[in-house]
Amino acid sequence: MFSIYAILGVSLNLVVGYTGLVSVTQAAFYGIGAYATALIAKTAGFGFFSSMLIGAIVAGLIGLLIGLVLSKFRDDYYVIVTVGFNIIAYGIFMNWHSLTRGPLGIVAVPRPKIDLFGLHLDFNNNLLFLALVLVFLALIYFLARFIAKSSFGRVLKAIREDEKAIQVFGYNAFYFKLAIFVISAGMAAVAGSFFASYLRFTSPNTFVLMESILILSMIILGGLANLKGSLLGAFILVLLPELMRFVGFPNEIAAEMRQIVYGVILVLLMIFRPSGIMGEYKL
Amino acid sequence: MNIIEVKNLVKNFGGVYAVNDLSLKIPRGKVVGIIGPNGSGKSTFVNLLSGMVEINSGMVIFDDAEKLKKIKPYEIQDLSITRTFQEVRLFEQMTVIDNLLVVLTSRSVFGSFFEVHKKYHLEEAEKMLQRVGLEAKKNQLAKNLSYGQRKLLEIARALLMKTEIYLFDEPFAGLFYAMIKTVSGIIKDLRKEGKTVILIEHNMDLIRELSDYVFVMDEGSLLAEGEPNSVLKKKSVIEAYLGK
Repeated sequence: MFSIYAILGVSLNLVVGYTGLVSVTQAAFYGIGAYATALIAKTAGFGFFSSMLIGAIVAGLIGLLIGLVLSKFRDDYYVIVTVGFNIIAYGIFMNWHSLTRGPLGIVAVPRPKIDLFGLHLDFNNNLLFLALVLVFLALIYFLARFIAKSSFGRVLKAIREDEKAIQVFGYNAFYFKLAIFVISAGMAAVAGSFFASYLRFTSPNTFVLMESILILSMIILGGLANLKGSLLGAFILVLLPELMRFVGFPNEIAAEMRQIVYGVILVLLMIFRPSGIMGEYKL
Repeated sequence: MNIIEVKNLVKNFGGVYAVNDLSLKIPRGKVVGIIGPNGSGKSTFVNLLSGMVEINSGMVIFDDAEKLKKIKPYEIQDLSITRTFQEVRLFEQMTVIDNLLVVLTSRSVFGSFFEVHKKYHLEEAEKMLQRVGLEAKKNQLAKNLSYGQRKLLEIARALLMKTEIYLFDEPFAGLFYAMIKTVSGIIKDLRKEGKTVILIEHNMDLIRELSDYVFVMDEGSLLAEGEPNSVLKKKSVIEAYLGK
């Protein structure tokens, strides 16, 4: 789960940390990736990797539409509209029974398989599956790093700092914001594909607004505009419940306490270190 | 030949007319001072020219040819215009060198995606930092610069745009003597290069020293225009500044 959340954290950091757009809708793209992979693999009989690719493209296209709407909004209104999109996505996952089976979810989502040049790898083995997700985490991390270090990444930061000012130097901020939103949506969908395949099941309850807030908390905790910070944030917040169990909290209480601890961490960070542990930007 | 002609320009904010039926012609290759008391519409005029605020009515004609009733901020580069701001607007949480590199690299989404910056971009930015005396600060965050250094960085950023028209909104405000010398030297160099500078300034000594021509604004309209020395002696101009 750490690797899946790390992918989500890295993808969201490009939008929030580098571009300064506080988006609370990442769980929607995560869900689109999960459902797209589950549905395509099961109904169309596509392999995991092609389903994942289609899922990422679908999420990117939906990200494009959402991004077009979001371009009309700024600051607090932007955040509220992203909240709205997450709620809409959840509503669709929950109520479009003929496609998503509603609260029953989709079961028996296949695990990836590789049959190439005589090489046969079956990722039903959890350790192998972990290795595969780590490979994709590495790929997405380096793609995000490439973006952050490019001129494109520098323009994103300038948009974050002063969108109006960067425009007088010839940049149409609209296209840059749209592009990074689409890329981030596609990356989040990859995390969704792995999630559905890992559990072999997907249902709407994972893709609620709270999940988007959790992903946002991770990157704020680890550090905005710092990709290593996204990994650290995911590591801390995913391992936190395990740690709580380890120190003696019963399972049910550890799960409930997690929410409280996330909240407390966020409040403390906002007071004492708004840029997060490794952050290079504060909201 | 006029590089900019403004015809009946109007900008109102609610019931307040910041620019009211303004018409003027800015000659090419000159340093043109724009003066007037606070609230006379000088900065709004520059904001209109740079697309930072929308024109209500009237038009701007560039190079006696391109007539515009609407100017988008990201299009002014194509009109060969750049600017500085009355309140310095840097990219605060970026380094000094990145504040400059960002105006040197590709403007397209696709082009910038596959580009970091070229060696000559870096050399150009470093040369500019030397020119304004900020080379030692290149890796600092812009937010950590002093007020004067921030002004200089903003001017350096504008210079790297290598445009034909420079809009400088109170570039000397808050600068100490050595920095004033640097900025006035830059403006003189721009004039020598044949560039057009529109200079908003309150310091009349600097206006006399640098401007070839002066427009005086009051309550959003043009009050007077002409050579600095003659304009600054006009009774109406003195009254606008000092009161009747």
